[in-house]
Amino acid sequence: MKDLLNGWGLTAATFLPLVGAVVMMLLPKADEALHKVVALLTSSAVFAVVVALLANFDYDRTRVLQFGQNRSWISVINSRYIVGIDGISLPLLALTAFIVPLVIIYSWDHFPEPHNPKAFLILTLVLETGMVGTFVAQDLILFFVFFELVLLPMYFMIGVWGGEQRQYASIKFFLYTAFGSALMIVAFLSLYFLAKGPGGAPLHTFSMIELSRWQGAGLARVTGLVIFGGMFAGFGIKVPMFPFHTWLPDAHTQAPTQGSVILAAVLLKLGTYGFVRIAIPILPAAAREWAPWIGLLAVIGIIYGALGCLAQTDMKRMIAFSSVAHMGFVMLGIATLTSFGINAAIFGMVAHGLITGMLFFIAGSVKERYHTLEIRRLGGLLLQAPRMGWLLGFSAMASLGLPGLAGFWGEFPAILAAYQPAAGLNQNVFRVYMVVAALGTVFAAGYLLWLLQRVAFGVPTEEFVGEHVHDMHLTDYLAWAPMIALIVVLGVYPNLIFRITDGAVVQSVTALGR
Amino acid sequence: MLTYAWIIPALPALSFVLILAVGKRLPKGGSEIGLATLAVCFVLAVGVGVGWVQRVNSPPKVDEAALTARSLAGQETTPSGERRVAPAGEAGAGALPGGARTGEGAAPGGEGSPAGAGAGEGGAGQGEAGTAEAAPVPAVVRTVTWFQSGGVRFTAGTMVDGLSAMMLVLVSLISLLVHVYSTDYVAGDRRYTHYFAFLSLFTASMLMFVLTQSTLQLIVGWELVGLCSFALIGHWWEEKPNSNAALKAFITNRVGDIGLIVGMIVLYFAAGRSFDIIRINSMANAGQIRHLLLLVASVSLIAAVMSKSGQFILHTWLPDAMAGPTPVSALIHAATMVVAGIYMVARLYPVFFRGLSIGTANINLLAVVGAVTLVFGALLAFVQSDIKKVLAYSTVSQLGYMVMALGVGGWTAALFHLVTHAFFKACLFLGAGSMSHACHHSFDMKKDYGGLRRRMPITFWTFMIGTGALVAIPPLSGFWSKDEILASANGLGGPGGYKIMLVMGIIGAFCTAGYMTRAVWYCFFGEPRGAAAEHPPRENGPRITVPLMVLAGITLVIGFVNVPTNGWFSWVPDGWALRFENYVQPRAAYFVSGGGFRQPVFTPWIAVVSTGAGLLGVLLAYLWFWRGLGPHGITARNRVARAGYRVLESRYGLDVLYTDWIVGSIKGPIARAAYWVNQKVLDGVVNGAGREAVKAGHFVYDRIDQGVVDTIVNGSGATAEGSGQILRKQQTGRVQTYGAYLFAGATVLAAIFVILAAN
Repeated sequence: MKDLLNGWGLTAATFLPLVGAVVMMLLPKADEALHKVVALLTSSAVFAVVVALLANFDYDRTRVLQFGQNRSWISVINSRYIVGIDGISLPLLALTAFIVPLVIIYSWDHFPEPHNPKAFLILTLVLETGMVGTFVAQDLILFFVFFELVLLPMYFMIGVWGGEQRQYASIKFFLYTAFGSALMIVAFLSLYFLAKGPGGAPLHTFSMIELSRWQGAGLARVTGLVIFGGMFAGFGIKVPMFPFHTWLPDAHTQAPTQGSVILAAVLLKLGTYGFVRIAIPILPAAAREWAPWIGLLAVIGIIYGALGCLAQTDMKRMIAFSSVAHMGFVMLGIATLTSFGINAAIFGMVAHGLITGMLFFIAGSVKERYHTLEIRRLGGLLLQAPRMGWLLGFSAMASLGLPGLAGFWGEFPAILAAYQPAAGLNQNVFRVYMVVAALGTVFAAGYLLWLLQRVAFGVPTEEFVGEHVHDMHLTDYLAWAPMIALIVVLGVYPNLIFRITDGAVVQSVTALGR
Repeated sequence: MLTYAWIIPALPALSFVLILAVGKRLPKGGSEIGLATLAVCFVLAVGVGVGWVQRVNSPPKVDEAALTARSLAGQETTPSGERRVAPAGEAGAGALPGGARTGEGAAPGGEGSPAGAGAGEGGAGQGEAGTAEAAPVPAVVRTVTWFQSGGVRFTAGTMVDGLSAMMLVLVSLISLLVHVYSTDYVAGDRRYTHYFAFLSLFTASMLMFVLTQSTLQLIVGWELVGLCSFALIGHWWEEKPNSNAALKAFITNRVGDIGLIVGMIVLYFAAGRSFDIIRINSMANAGQIRHLLLLVASVSLIAAVMSKSGQFILHTWLPDAMAGPTPVSALIHAATMVVAGIYMVARLYPVFFRGLSIGTANINLLAVVGAVTLVFGALLAFVQSDIKKVLAYSTVSQLGYMVMALGVGGWTAALFHLVTHAFFKACLFLGAGSMSHACHHSFDMKKDYGGLRRRMPITFWTFMIGTGALVAIPPLSGFWSKDEILASANGLGGPGGYKIMLVMGIIGAFCTAGYMTRAVWYCFFGEPRGAAAEHPPRENGPRITVPLMVLAGITLVIGFVNVPTNGWFSWVPDGWALRFENYVQPRAAYFVSGGGFRQPVFTPWIAVVSTGAGLLGVLLAYLWFWRGLGPHGITARNRVARAGYRVLESRYGLDVLYTDWIVGSIKGPIARAAYWVNQKVLDGVVNGAGREAVKAGHFVYDRIDQGVVDTIVNGSGATAEGSGQILRKQQTGRVQTYGAYLFAGATVLAAIFVILAAN
């Protein structure tokens, strides 16, 4: 078992969804139930593989890449098929494998217009391959391929199954992220050409492991900064960081519920993960110079995202804007370049994935019941659909960082880490960031509770008074219960994630100090 | 028993889950689970209290020097007994200090800290006997690993000492009484089960909070009680004012939480990356933390105290919080949660004591905040017509006394007042609830009450006892504790440095007497009005009156737990006097000693003057209301009086400032402006770039590349047809085109990079 996992575990987790997608392509479109079953089975199989990986992961050596494979792939540019996971990628891999089956379960009875479960589920599975692949890839080109592979299914998901302005939103999403990716691939290519071994001979490698060992030694300062800038564009747009976030509210708002959930839960994390996995370890010196600016954009994002939330009239768009604020906390944690901060950032990624995913699920269900998400027209959800109302309250509380729920562990340690950033960073600047970020928690409480008050409290508006609103469906229970449970469990016992990430993060931060 | 204290908060947490899960299916809607749990909790808490008393009476022999050294030297590991990482599966062992496997150990907290603050020093000067030469009694600490980060393991756990044992008994007892009371008071409520569930959750959080062993856990408890407060204030959320009040409470507290978070972070780094309270305190006490850091931490934390404990200018949420059910007001917004700020200061007292240089007659922020609050809060109580609001402002004012006491160095006085206040104010609130229950759920004492003393004798007498204690009539409990606060203001802090606080305290006593007498007049005397007149109210049943009588009974006697030993009281045997101080005040290196920390001494003239001020207040109010004497109608005649009344009526304008100006402008113009920037500026750039790219694309398409692009469009169009119906040819075409351009551009750029870098 262990041998099989070592050799094939990650590859299986990555490509099983593609296999499922191919199978589904061969099945007739009319047999919708079959498609659903195949999709669910496939994603469950991926989940099972990841659980097996989790069970066999060596938690005492989280800083070591495990289940690694290193095969030749595109030998002409020495790009290799290198996969492996350590403590940094494991939580995100698990999150992805966890979310996708839930999304498929949620889809079971409500596919957005124009229906077509076959195409929708195939896209979901292709998306899963892209996401899983991104988290396990240890070669820059391989990473890039998966990173880009994610774009297309999501583009179609928004463009075909989305809301009224789907075309604008999907094109914007695609082009904006592709623009960032273009700069990122430039940066990757430059690394390939510029990285030199100890003897001065060019490395000509895309291997993240080797490049992280190289750490930009002998690279001119400006070149390093520019290359980091290229990666910053790719990852920063994906996160998205202020001021590159404008694609996000449109994409989130127009995407079907399932798309929004996946976007929030996993896609945004590709960017932050890129910083932690690639940009910072490979170019630590440049990272140190960029860090104050990243921190600045992060805290601007925290406040700005919150203000954006307060101005929204649409529930889904508000949740989308809250992502800008939350990812600000994650980026602040990363910008401190401390183990505490980066641990918090990874925790924050998982927590935000679960919590905001949950919020989007609820928003989707509200939309389905009321056919509107305009906050002004809603009210009294707790009266008409009490369970959904309570879950909205729960998720709002989790989202505003209530201790005891998962959101807290992404927020508080990130703020804490800003008090004393890594050596070489300006402490005073980061302390200002710390206070601003702490202020952001007040705003977060403000907009989330205001949303809760207007949507869940009070009595239904005249329009919906007396209307029968169905509370949660069976699929809602099945899809949401695991997420709720995980939000609580992680909140109560954060070590479930911290002990996985800590070893790897400490190692990578120590490497920065050299 | 002391090491198993974690069971006490774990039980109500379990009860919360159970009530939510099965409460609705039970005959009593889940209240029976809550009641039973709280009864058990109370018994256990008393057990802890007894255990602690025994520990103080016969302190354990520990090798303190070694333990203390370990606590202060270990930089990278937590100083307590924690030695193991709990396996990942033990999810239960987290916020609730519990879990299957625990590393356990008595805390390093002995006397003889490195600064050499000997046991005798604390009792120097005019200090009283009793504590000074006693042996150190370390706290009982039990921890489990909570999480690790940066290679450091952080713990959650319990810390039992006199302070936490006292709070355990207090919280569980009042919560138990409130549970009993609620079974009648909220009977038939639309959300009876939820109500009890949240009472359980609140109790669990509060108990966890008082048992906390680390500052991080303290933050968790602090926020969780805030959540329960939010949920219970907004219990009847169908009505907008209630949910507004709930939001206001939560958000105001969040403002204070900025201070909490920042303060705790500063302390974390100051103590060499540790959340451990004993370690932080010991280091602060031993002078191992720079004074500036302690000052910054204290000032930040005071912001948190101001919001949680309703101190002026962040007190505005507390009167609004009366929108919740009355038992909740008694439990959360009078007796327990609002004293969390006091408790936090008391817990981290060395930090405040050194940070604010309390022992040296410095007029410090803590004392000023308390003094201002106690007077300003009391003044506001005069103009309320809602009995609960009178009591709420009274709570604000009394919390001001406690904060002031801490500010002048009267640690014991503050905690003693916390206890007496908890009982008499809970008694008053429950009394108000009892009246409202009998008078059509109205709280407007001017409109709907009057002459209730004959109709509701039990409520009347218990309310009178509570009022007497609040006004500090000897020998009721409030007298003893308030007198100790005033004595602290008089005698502590160098050569009488806090005389101004003494004056404020006496003014406060006068005001307290006035507004309470006014409230008593409106409620119990005169002719029945409004609801009370329409349907003659009747005394409530035993589930309401018994808790009242219990609380009133405690109010009668609780003051005697800290009888002074000197002056008029020198005849009191040592075994009876100052029991509270003896058992509650920690005697270990994690508590202040030396540096001017002393105990106040009983000063007869202060007792006489403050009681006199109280009686004068009662007398004046009596003349005004009962006899109709005094300048009635002055607010209509005199401009100054009218202006003063207006200021009070508008609550100093703070609500307008917060709600309309600050929140209003952030929610309105500022948020809209930010969004305008988002849409017009940031997104404008993006859209503009897109438009220009499209133009360029058209140019290229029309003029140069038509054939090639056509092929791509047709090809992708065919696939799109298969997958979705709505895709437009043109749209896919665009994406592909731009993708191609982007990659071409990327290649060119890469080439430029490489050439540049090669030079």
